[in-house]
Amino acid sequence: MQDSFDLTKLIFGRLSWDAIPFHEPILIATFAGVLVGGAALVALISYFRLWGTLWRDWFTSIDHKKIGIMYMVLGLVMLLRGFADALMMRAQQALSFGENAGFLPPHHYDQVFTAHGVIMIFFVAMPLITGLMNYVVPLQIGARDVAFPFLNNFSFWMTTMGAVLVMASLFVGEFARTGWLAYPPLSGILASPGVGVDYYIWSLQIAGVGTLLSGVNLIVTIVKMRAPGMDMMKMPVFTWTSLCTNILIVVTFPILTATLAMLGMDRLFDTAFFTNDRGGNAMLYVNLIWIWGHPEVYILILPAFGIFSEVVSTFSGKRLFGYTSMVYATCVIMVLSYLVWLHHFFTMGSGASVNSFFGITTMIISIPTGAKIFNWLFTMYRGRIRFELPMMWTVSFMLTFTIGGMTGVMLAVPAADFVLHNSLFLIAHFHNVIIGGVVFGLFAGINYWFPKAFGYKLDKFWGTISFWLWSIGFWVAFGPGYVLGFMGVTRRMSHFEDPEMQWLFQISFVGTLMIAGGIGALLMQLYVSFRDRNTARLRDVTGDPWDGRTLEWSTSSPPPDYNFAFTPVVYDNDTFADMKKAGWKRPLKDYVSIHMPQNTWAGFVISAIAMVVGFGIIWHMWLLTGLAFAAMMVAIVIHTFNYKRDYYISAEEVTRTENERTKLLEAHV
Amino acid sequence: MSNTNATFPSASGGAAAVREYHVREHHPEQGTLLGFWIYLMSDCLLFASLFAAYAVLGRNYAGGPSGAELFDLPLVAINTGFLLVSSITFGFAMISAQAKKLGKAQLWLGITGILGACFLALEMYEFFHLIHEGAGPARSGFLTAFFSLVGTHGLHVLFGIVWLVVLMFQLAKHGLSAENMRRLSCLSLFWHFLDVVWIFVFTFVYLMGVLP
Amino acid sequence: MSDHHPNHHHDALHGHTHGDEPGVHYSLKDYTIGFVLAVILTVIPFWLVMGNVLDPSTTKFVILGFAGVQLIVHMIYFLHMNSKSEGGWNMMALLLTIVLLVIVLSGSIWVMHHMNANMMPGMGDAAAVTGHGNHDMQ
Repeated sequence: MQDSFDLTKLIFGRLSWDAIPFHEPILIATFAGVLVGGAALVALISYFRLWGTLWRDWFTSIDHKKIGIMYMVLGLVMLLRGFADALMMRAQQALSFGENAGFLPPHHYDQVFTAHGVIMIFFVAMPLITGLMNYVVPLQIGARDVAFPFLNNFSFWMTTMGAVLVMASLFVGEFARTGWLAYPPLSGILASPGVGVDYYIWSLQIAGVGTLLSGVNLIVTIVKMRAPGMDMMKMPVFTWTSLCTNILIVVTFPILTATLAMLGMDRLFDTAFFTNDRGGNAMLYVNLIWIWGHPEVYILILPAFGIFSEVVSTFSGKRLFGYTSMVYATCVIMVLSYLVWLHHFFTMGSGASVNSFFGITTMIISIPTGAKIFNWLFTMYRGRIRFELPMMWTVSFMLTFTIGGMTGVMLAVPAADFVLHNSLFLIAHFHNVIIGGVVFGLFAGINYWFPKAFGYKLDKFWGTISFWLWSIGFWVAFGPGYVLGFMGVTRRMSHFEDPEMQWLFQISFVGTLMIAGGIGALLMQLYVSFRDRNTARLRDVTGDPWDGRTLEWSTSSPPPDYNFAFTPVVYDNDTFADMKKAGWKRPLKDYVSIHMPQNTWAGFVISAIAMVVGFGIIWHMWLLTGLAFAAMMVAIVIHTFNYKRDYYISAEEVTRTENERTKLLEAHV
Repeated sequence: MSNTNATFPSASGGAAAVREYHVREHHPEQGTLLGFWIYLMSDCLLFASLFAAYAVLGRNYAGGPSGAELFDLPLVAINTGFLLVSSITFGFAMISAQAKKLGKAQLWLGITGILGACFLALEMYEFFHLIHEGAGPARSGFLTAFFSLVGTHGLHVLFGIVWLVVLMFQLAKHGLSAENMRRLSCLSLFWHFLDVVWIFVFTFVYLMGVLP
Repeated sequence: MSDHHPNHHHDALHGHTHGDEPGVHYSLKDYTIGFVLAVILTVIPFWLVMGNVLDPSTTKFVILGFAGVQLIVHMIYFLHMNSKSEGGWNMMALLLTIVLLVIVLSGSIWVMHHMNANMMPGMGDAAAVTGHGNHDMQ
């Protein structure tokens, strides 16, 4: 009897039927929805016999363009999940006053706000910016792929498997209830003995490996694979911001890895990093996690700044004003972002001297960002501005983000922060800069580069509806937050007593519905654009739908696998604009064979096994963990024994592809 | 050459200078070594976090034993010796590889691996001894930080040894090819990096740990 | 769509020297010098501590100094670090890493020291270090 009990424990750990939330109607309904939707998707793929294509051409692809698109898909899918959490929170807070307890009990509400933060930062914003950088940077520098194509595929799957773990926590077990940064002692084993925090730790550890390797990949790509003639100061600004972003990733993510590992050790091995007793120090966690956390938000915003530089320049028909100062501003922001982290915990008690130092550095870091905004405005001045969707999003960013930045400078004053810390003012501030900055930047980038990736523009009508619903809806949703924060309302509350404030929460909920409309309009935009992709209104025949200024617009839409039949030579900034002005003609013959990397199964397989290792650790299924870990090592070693990783695209095939484009261009004119 | 040129009027207004906007064949530079170096920099910051934790928690004895009571400096000195000598034996392996002497390279690699294993064995002995004395990682903040920092370094050494063994098999199979030379160079960087981290471990943790 | 043509298989075995820079030159001299220096720079700190040669605070500074010097020795003689490798990018990456390392370590020590002094009264050196009682915010 004893033996079989131990065997069950060994195999199943603490996993049991209790882990399935049969008693939570919202989750059961969600699960049913996911089952139905998932089954429909599987049926469709099977019906159209797309499994082979999916595996061969997408999942195992090392093509930066395919991987970039897959990141975007991941980000958009997780946006829907993260936004569902937002909708639930706003609904709960609009309802739950006095006698009315709302529909989300506290322990559920706590998981919702934790999941919302984790998903939005790690599985929406990071994948979307990584996807754009992955897709665009090699094209902008005239390269055929990134420096380490296999690693790129592996990075994508590690990120995805992290997302899988988070999604699994919905239906098997529970998620963390600690907020998106999981401070101990609340996240320690005593206060959170369940699996929630473990899901949090392991999904982020797995995704974090992917992000870190992606950082190394893009740095080496930018340093080593630029086209001849493209000196550092001739690179497009988006490539510069990508470089700085990836440098930040490489130097920052290890700190997250180490800190989460320490928390994990406290939970698993009863160590005393952040415990209340035995000489632990929970404040150390807060310190370390924010040394990661602050650069992280700059990792999110710098690519957005790069997008805006490209968009403003293109749609003003002018060279970017102050290229050099833009580059320097970006580098300064990158370094300064490492000197401000304490402003996230002014109130933890480090005292006046420390607080003053970090308050001052926080104010200083707003200056280079201000310089960027002026540069964009000066670029627009006396330009021939075209209000296509990317430009609209940019203008909305300028208004929204600037105000959010200003509220940030308010919070940078330690004395003010003592009143406003962890209030709804803070929530309003960071959503202001993340939505106004990162999200609007991503929408600008998506509308801008979508035609390059798919060969047709996104529909402007539905895009405009989405734009207005987001732009106005944001303020309706978060404006009340500023007011309520001043009034002293704390964040993360699932219930309030004072009915006088309820109307502000109700306004906020209306704003959230508007944003929901904006997301719905985005989905409509995607559908309508796909439906009308061959119409003259949307089709991108030339590869240069916006009269672009950088190299990616010289390729077809979508570009061939090899990107460039011949590697371009660069003479000036705004390389493609320079080429067009000089009367450049696309080469029509004498193509050569092109050396390309091969697809790989290893990225997907190793990541999937890593996910199983994570699941095993979470549920204390040690046998599974051990076996999976061994399998992962074996898979890695097997992969390293593969020396045949490349092939050649023949000159004939290149000729065929290029001739097709030549025909298309001639027919279009 | 295909018609890739665009004429670009020269400043003097004389004969137009012709600009080549494409190259026929382009081979981007190898990025592996730079990439690996950058990964090592990220690993530095991982260790930095653990060092920071040790700096903060390193005197939190929680009424338990301190470094002065626990650390066996002669043992640490021997371990330091193992690691340092293994660094130079790896160097000898690289010299042999450079001279295209596969057999000698394999020999020195093997010796390096054995020295690494000796380091790990001694460290395991030290850890078990400490745990046996009730000074395990759960005892106090100091011991938590100690075990995680030194343990993480040890895990890196273990991973390096696994990599070394796998590479020895790959060298046997494919010889000193360009690809294998790249892999050797990366492992060389990794191995020396571990010795660099150890300098700070023995200084910051062990030597400073026994001082009041 | 991507086609995989196996007929032009290029084996990484045969080596691409795709515009490779001249590689690192490994020399016996470098390793020997490095090794001897490293041994000296290791033995002295151990001796200083095990032999109680100097007073503790001086010893701490001295051995940290030796560690810094040994770091440089390893960088030059074992890691072949110079300002030219990889077009100067190795050096730049190292310098940035060191700067950030210093920020992370000194920043954490500074912040946590103040946190401990203000927020963990009675934990050892609050009064002794700040010179105030533990009811004072510094």
